[in-house]
Amino acid sequence: MLRGYAAFVYLFLYAPIALIVLFSFNSGNNASDFQGFAFSWYVKAANNKLMLGALKNSLVVAATSATLATVMGTMAALALQGVRGPLRTIFDGLTYVAIMVPGIVIGIATLIALVTTFDAANALIAGIWPGEAPPKLGLGYGSIIAAHTLFAMALVIVIVRARIAGMDRSLIEASADLYADPVATFRQVTLPQLMPGIVAGFLLSFTFSFDDFVIAFFVAGSQQTLPIYVFSSIRRGVTPEINAIGTAVMLFSLTALITAQVLLRRGRKPAG
Amino acid sequence: MTDSAVIQERSRRRWAYVLLAPSAFWYLALLVLPLIVVLVYSVGERAETGGYQAAFTFDNYLNLGARWTAFQNTLTLAPAGTLICLLAGYPLAYYLAVKASPKTRLFLLILVVVPFWTSFLIRTYAWMFILGGRGLPQLLDYIGIEGVRLINTPLAVLVGIVYGYLPLMVFPIFVSLEKLDKRLLEASEDLGAAPFATFRQVTLPLSAPGVITGCMLVFILLMGEYLIPQMLGGGKVFFIGNALVDLFLQSLNWPFGSACAMALVVIMVVTVTLYLKATRGTGGRDVSLM
Repeated sequence: MLRGYAAFVYLFLYAPIALIVLFSFNSGNNASDFQGFAFSWYVKAANNKLMLGALKNSLVVAATSATLATVMGTMAALALQGVRGPLRTIFDGLTYVAIMVPGIVIGIATLIALVTTFDAANALIAGIWPGEAPPKLGLGYGSIIAAHTLFAMALVIVIVRARIAGMDRSLIEASADLYADPVATFRQVTLPQLMPGIVAGFLLSFTFSFDDFVIAFFVAGSQQTLPIYVFSSIRRGVTPEINAIGTAVMLFSLTALITAQVLLRRGRKPAG
Repeated sequence: MTDSAVIQERSRRRWAYVLLAPSAFWYLALLVLPLIVVLVYSVGERAETGGYQAAFTFDNYLNLGARWTAFQNTLTLAPAGTLICLLAGYPLAYYLAVKASPKTRLFLLILVVVPFWTSFLIRTYAWMFILGGRGLPQLLDYIGIEGVRLINTPLAVLVGIVYGYLPLMVFPIFVSLEKLDKRLLEASEDLGAAPFATFRQVTLPLSAPGVITGCMLVFILLMGEYLIPQMLGGGKVFFIGNALVDLFLQSLNWPFGSACAMALVVIMVVTVTLYLKATRGTGGRDVSLM
């Protein structure tokens, strides 16, 4: 009976996805009536300049914020090993807050903080700028990357720290006993052990950023990311083209995610 | 301690500070400072042209009742959604951890977790399609059940919630059930306990930490939900998140929006604290997102 129930849940989880995939190959124009098999909506999507621009933006934002988050998060996770006392408590608290505060609150908080800062900075720049048109700071790529990096960094810290906790210390001691200097020990012993966690952190950060709608919606300014583009297309009406875009996006995230999951699990020591 | 040991300790600590500096800066500039700005704005006034004007007033908080429906919807549908996720997710987690063969377990678990990280927007859109006029209602029409309207109802929002957040509930429960020593179940059985008694007296209490974590994660994320009520509630069933988008991006009433956001955060912190207090002693909370 439990088995049947599990099968039902998997059906519930995957049938809607299957439906999107199926209708992305619909030759007809009608969203709910399957008329035949065709790639026409993929061709149409591939020639959609607005969509391609949004896709490019999303990829740039996701790659940049995931890289920043992975580098800064890994550095922090390594440093926190040796830090005790209030600094560690504060850091752990902030990581917790960054993960727990709803995305929508992060979005509006970043929006009003950045707009206020930019207004003040622009007034200052305009005052001291010698030429006609002073440069203006505004929302866009930079603000989306900054906001996505925040959450992703907290995520990387949590994942890499878990990895450090499960690391085999005896290897590091052995390396030191064999007179390897700390840098060599780090490069040859610590880093390879942490690598699956770091890569998984990067991939999760990338998918989070690539998939995020609500934070980008607030801080994107006039830029469009792919989820923002899809959201506004859905508002204008359901079309089979969205099914094609959605299928491609899901395939892409699925690949990244399964890689992350396999890496996270392969490196984990058997539960004891 | 010898001199060289002291020097080594000092340089180690200096390194730790250098490594922590970038992330500390990020936390300060993009988490602490923005949240302080929200707090300051929430006691300010709306400027003539929208945005913010410096002031010190609690009017925004006193005016929260103007968005009462949004608070009411969030505070009824978020707990209801969490409960349904728990009831639907527990049996699946139990199946995966206890009944499924170890060979397929990892694969089946990945199948559950992956959708949570995949295109939330598109997966919710799939339900617009299914629950919309030409989806399920049309099918029901064929078999003689006429005039069913699903989209833009609280039911549609609940379906979207369960669909979106079930994975997040299943995972922590699975983790705590997997850790459970299977010999305890055998012992209980050997001692003549009925399967249900074993479940109630052994399995359920031991999986409590997972249940607590799962409920907390789902509830917290639901409180800030925007997309599901927007797409499946169609402006009829809206959450605080929808009110916030309206206040910040359409009516440009930042101070009142900030007060709503503060209220949301306070409600969240209070419920989670009360909840943790009430469930203390039933287990730790190993917050795990993967």
